[in-house]
Amino acid sequence: MTDTATLEVRKLRPSDLGRLSTVGLRTRKLRAGLSALGIAIGVAAIVAVLGLSSSASAGLLNEISSLGTNLLVVQNGQTRFGQTAELPKAAPAMIARINPVTSVEETGSVTGNAYRSPLIPTIDTNALSIATSSLGLLHTVGTTVAQGSYLNAATAREPVAVLGAAAAQRLGIDRVFPGERIWADNMWFYVAGILKPAVLAPAVDSSVLVGFPAAEHYLGFDGHPTTIYVRAQSGHVDAVDNLLGATANPQNPNEVDVSQPSAALVAQADAQGAFDDLFLGLGAVALLVGAVGVANIMIISVLERRSEIGLRRALGATKGHIRVQFLAEAVLLALLGGAFGVGIGVLATAVYASSRHELVVIPVLAWAGGIGAAILIGAVAGLWPALRAARMSPTQALWSM
Amino acid sequence: MTLMTSAGRVPEVFGAARVDGDRPRPLLEVDQVTKVYPSEPPVTALRGVSFTVARGELVGFVGPSGSGKTTLLHLMGTLDRPSSGHVRVTGLDVEQLSDRELAALRATRIGFVFQQFFLAEHQSVLDNVADGLLYAGVPQAERRARALDALSMVGLEGRPHARPNQLSGGQRQRVAIARALVGSPAIVFADEPTGNLDQATGQAILGLFEDLHDLGVTIVVITHDRDIAARLGRRIEMLDGQIVFDSADKAAVSPMPAPRAHSSGKDHRP
Repeated sequence: MTDTATLEVRKLRPSDLGRLSTVGLRTRKLRAGLSALGIAIGVAAIVAVLGLSSSASAGLLNEISSLGTNLLVVQNGQTRFGQTAELPKAAPAMIARINPVTSVEETGSVTGNAYRSPLIPTIDTNALSIATSSLGLLHTVGTTVAQGSYLNAATAREPVAVLGAAAAQRLGIDRVFPGERIWADNMWFYVAGILKPAVLAPAVDSSVLVGFPAAEHYLGFDGHPTTIYVRAQSGHVDAVDNLLGATANPQNPNEVDVSQPSAALVAQADAQGAFDDLFLGLGAVALLVGAVGVANIMIISVLERRSEIGLRRALGATKGHIRVQFLAEAVLLALLGGAFGVGIGVLATAVYASSRHELVVIPVLAWAGGIGAAILIGAVAGLWPALRAARMSPTQALWSM
Repeated sequence: MTLMTSAGRVPEVFGAARVDGDRPRPLLEVDQVTKVYPSEPPVTALRGVSFTVARGELVGFVGPSGSGKTTLLHLMGTLDRPSSGHVRVTGLDVEQLSDRELAALRATRIGFVFQQFFLAEHQSVLDNVADGLLYAGVPQAERRARALDALSMVGLEGRPHARPNQLSGGQRQRVAIARALVGSPAIVFADEPTGNLDQATGQAILGLFEDLHDLGVTIVVITHDRDIAARLGRRIEMLDGQIVFDSADKAAVSPMPAPRAHSSGKDHRP
């Protein structure tokens, strides 16, 4: 009968702990809701910021990868005296001899401006340029014709132009009809077609493209290419990149600029998220305020529920039982706030991104991190109140009211 | 009121039938217990109190405010430890048990009834009673089944799903008593159980205690009301932290005036 072996402390069953942790929330719903709201706002801000920037860049990244990352661009650089260098006329043909290169196309810039008509003041250039273009350019830079047709061997010899997407917009031309003309470098050029935007080659967008023979004949073009677009086999892009300078201009390889537009665009997409740090910081501050709110509410709760704590001790609860009950309540409170915040953040991202016709992307880091942060905050904020509740002596809790 | 359970049997509770030999060890032993609260100046609440309670007794402690009744309840109920002396509950010396073991002792062998009932308003009567077994490691289904039995012992088997705020004061105290009984404890301590009830309801609660006593439940009632104490099987009177009269002691004579005709109201403790 005097055996103490029968005095075994039983752990709370998970279902019982779950029920106990909701006591405070069920009996004081409004207060619990308001204190969870602080956490919800913080988590929602973080999820929305990460979601919005991911959604914005996801569309761009998708487009870049569909256009291929194996495009390399060779441009004329500068001489060591600071003047614009020239690429040799034979540069495209020499580049085409590099084994992993699959296609080479070129453009050359022409002096002169393009206008809708001769009546436009010459100062209104619309920042358009006239460029010559080889006939396979579209496939290599990854765009297609939106209307009309591209240059062919016949039209490349005639005063015929094809408009880049931005060029057409700035000239106020949205459709192609027979006989439509533009005024380029003091003569009429007939418009054959309009291109779709070329994401990887923005220079093409704002250009009025004419054929090489026509440019030499009508516009005094000297025949030197200024930009060479190169597609290489996917596994050999870096190797080709290293060879391009010396191949394009063997005499002065350092007067050649080689770039990879997809890499630049990816960096640009990533950089869009750079100033998100500010909003993430604000979200973190909101979370901190929410944590203080949860800690505050738990301390008040512990004070108000002295008699409950005393009763539970009288019913046989250990300090550990009381501690885990209040800790679980704080975690649950924060978790509810966190889950609600994730919901709001996702909703905000979905509404905003779909209003801009972007993909809706919620990074795992955002929602899992939001939930995880909420749990952590609940545990930290609830720890001290829970310890305080457990320390309370049962006699004081029951008889000092 | 019936004391049968819903199953129609007298519950096998409280070890009432078990007798270990001719001289059973007392269920509760309080031996030369002193309690001093460390304040400035120190307050001596109990001065060398000794008594024993045997299995199946119904004992009332009575005394004015400040006589040490509540302190004694803390010590008997293992919610506090004596400054000196020994308290043994079911043979276990409180001094030799850790806080965790004391909690387990309360969970399995001690029931409490309080003046303020302490019922959870957001829970049904049944779940309030079932919570008496929460810390004893009993699964919820079994807790509820045993709670129904306990409710039938206090005459509330018809309203297991009511909320406490739908009940009268007397019914609420019956729920609290059922919660104390649900774990079949060795001993039940009741602190001013009728303090918040009117005269008639209080008498009914005392009647319930007497019925439980007939079933073999060991009950210790703390009260300031001498009328109530007079109704209980054994009366121990306290004054200034000492026992001044024990009705179990045949030679003793109560130093206190005879019970008044009527007494009610709360005990005002310091």
